[in-house]
Amino acid sequence: MKDVTLYIISCIVFTAFLFSCTKDTNSTGGSSIKPTPYELVIPQLFAQYITPPIIPENNPLTVQGIALGRKLFFDPILSGNGTQACASCHNPQSSFSDTSAFSMGIDGITGGRNAMPIFNMAWNLGEFFFWDGRANNVEAQALGPVINPIEMHNTWQSAVATLQNHSSYPDLFNAAFGTNMIDSTLVVKAIAQFERTLISSNSRFDKYLMGQISLTPQELDGFNAFMAENRGDCFHCHGNAANPLWTDNLFHNNGLDATFTDLGLGGITGNAADNGKCKTPSLRNLAYTAPYMHDGRFATLDEVINHYSEGLQYSPTIDPLLKYIGQGGVQLTVSDKAALKAFLLSLSDDSFVNNPDFQQP
Amino acid sequence: MKTKNLFILIVLFGAIIFSSCSKKEGCTDPSAENYDPNAEKDNGTCVYKTPTPPTATSGSVTFTFAHHFAGTTVTSADFNAFNYVNANNDTLSISKLKYLISDIRFYKSNGDSLVIEGYHFVDLTTSSTLTYAPTFDLPFDTYTGISFNFGLDSVDNVTNAYPDLNILNWNWLDTIGGGYHFMQMEGYYKYQGNDSAYTYHMGTAHNMMTMTNEQNYFKADLGAITITNNISIQIKMDISEWYKNPTNWDLNQYHSDLMMNYTAQKLMNTIGKDVFSLGVVVQ
Repeated sequence: MKDVTLYIISCIVFTAFLFSCTKDTNSTGGSSIKPTPYELVIPQLFAQYITPPIIPENNPLTVQGIALGRKLFFDPILSGNGTQACASCHNPQSSFSDTSAFSMGIDGITGGRNAMPIFNMAWNLGEFFFWDGRANNVEAQALGPVINPIEMHNTWQSAVATLQNHSSYPDLFNAAFGTNMIDSTLVVKAIAQFERTLISSNSRFDKYLMGQISLTPQELDGFNAFMAENRGDCFHCHGNAANPLWTDNLFHNNGLDATFTDLGLGGITGNAADNGKCKTPSLRNLAYTAPYMHDGRFATLDEVINHYSEGLQYSPTIDPLLKYIGQGGVQLTVSDKAALKAFLLSLSDDSFVNNPDFQQP
Repeated sequence: MKTKNLFILIVLFGAIIFSSCSKKEGCTDPSAENYDPNAEKDNGTCVYKTPTPPTATSGSVTFTFAHHFAGTTVTSADFNAFNYVNANNDTLSISKLKYLISDIRFYKSNGDSLVIEGYHFVDLTTSSTLTYAPTFDLPFDTYTGISFNFGLDSVDNVTNAYPDLNILNWNWLDTIGGGYHFMQMEGYYKYQGNDSAYTYHMGTAHNMMTMTNEQNYFKADLGAITITNNISIQIKMDISEWYKNPTNWDLNQYHSDLMMNYTAQKLMNTIGKDVFSLGVVVQ
């Protein structure tokens, strides 16, 4: 009897030992914490009209990852001297852009392009980021500014070391990624997760499309001018009521200059046919993103509309969709211009810039 | 006690051996070649016919898209150069060529046809769009013709219905008939020494006089083909044919704002039908 009991006990112990061996394979962080998956809420018009968001398989959204990304986004810890965060030039109140033509880095030096606003990043179909498309996903975009000498002017080695020695970041990385060994890849993964949650979908025009409000006659007339081939003809690049992104996320030379000081896409591809082309910005949230264009040359929407109406400059790569270039543009009437502006402003989304989930934690 | 136990054990073993011996062994599977109807216990000796693999009677079909201007190959690397002269003697460049084809159909000699439902979007600047590999099992046969729709037919050309086209801003305006663009071909042509833009956009034809809309897709024919294996079929577009046959296209007359130009839209349909031909076939 005694032997049998001993046998059974040893079996149980051995089985328990086996289970304990197969269960926990974590070795780096010494933790088996699993981050909580986060399901992106797809806005009604997005679900109805366009393709699903692009979430990379190697960086799924998690509650802890998004929270960490948000903290990093607003924390000046990533900059060389601890004075500048992503949010310094990408302020939620400015639709994650800023109010300068060129933003100033930590050494007081200004950059050469206007800070782009950040929203609806997960629907950038071709995944070309920056005005010149040089980053091919959100993660790669976030790698740049930290080490750019005229922006945050840091090294990744130093930024990672600062985070690693911080009192709370190692634990937050552990919660988000199951390891407290921080590296630049995990930093940009967390920031990208937060950025993919920045969805703007609740402008007055969205509410109009969803049948919740009516627009003014002037706003509706502006939309018609936008959509008419012989008035604004804005839709070929900026889209229509069935594309809530209000951009094609492609590159065009929109006739700003006869000769280029900034080659845009051409500077990246090396193809002269791409010279002077910049990414089409979304028309959402224009109320918060002045000044406009890749170099912030236009302070007001009126100047932007005037440019397309009578200010076009010919150059060999100018987009053929820009018409009557010889006369400077489509020659909009005063009332068409006012209507267009009213419509454009109906695409601004105050619930986005004020969303409590998007503010400094 | 001990002897008694041993006795019981021997009896038990004997019973087991006896019962196993009493059943006739053999192959008990009726589907086997050596099935023994008298066998009561299967002994693992069943032999089965080796199935002969069936000869394939159908296979996959892949389409590739190639473009030329009267024999001169055109790829996105040739964009923006004034390399081409059309039938109207206008020198032109191409900066964009995107188009939509749908419902590729294979015709049998008995009059029946097989259709690959769905559309494919071609953009010369995106190389992945130059191949279309639909999920379709195509029977090997001699087909008297292959055709496809350039654009979308009246059943498929539904306003705002396709998310992958909406996100490309490919929609055709509601006010002029709705649906989608069939083609956006853009560039510049030389006009009195200057570069002048053209935007050759095709879609639904809207007649402003009658306020009616006319479907504007056409059926392109590629000719007969015999298919004996998995096949790759090249579809060639001769861009120069968008400017001639049966009448010449005059860019000075038709260059911009063509979406709402009924006459231009109908002319595209008339002269577009011979744009496509069958290219290299590999099987």
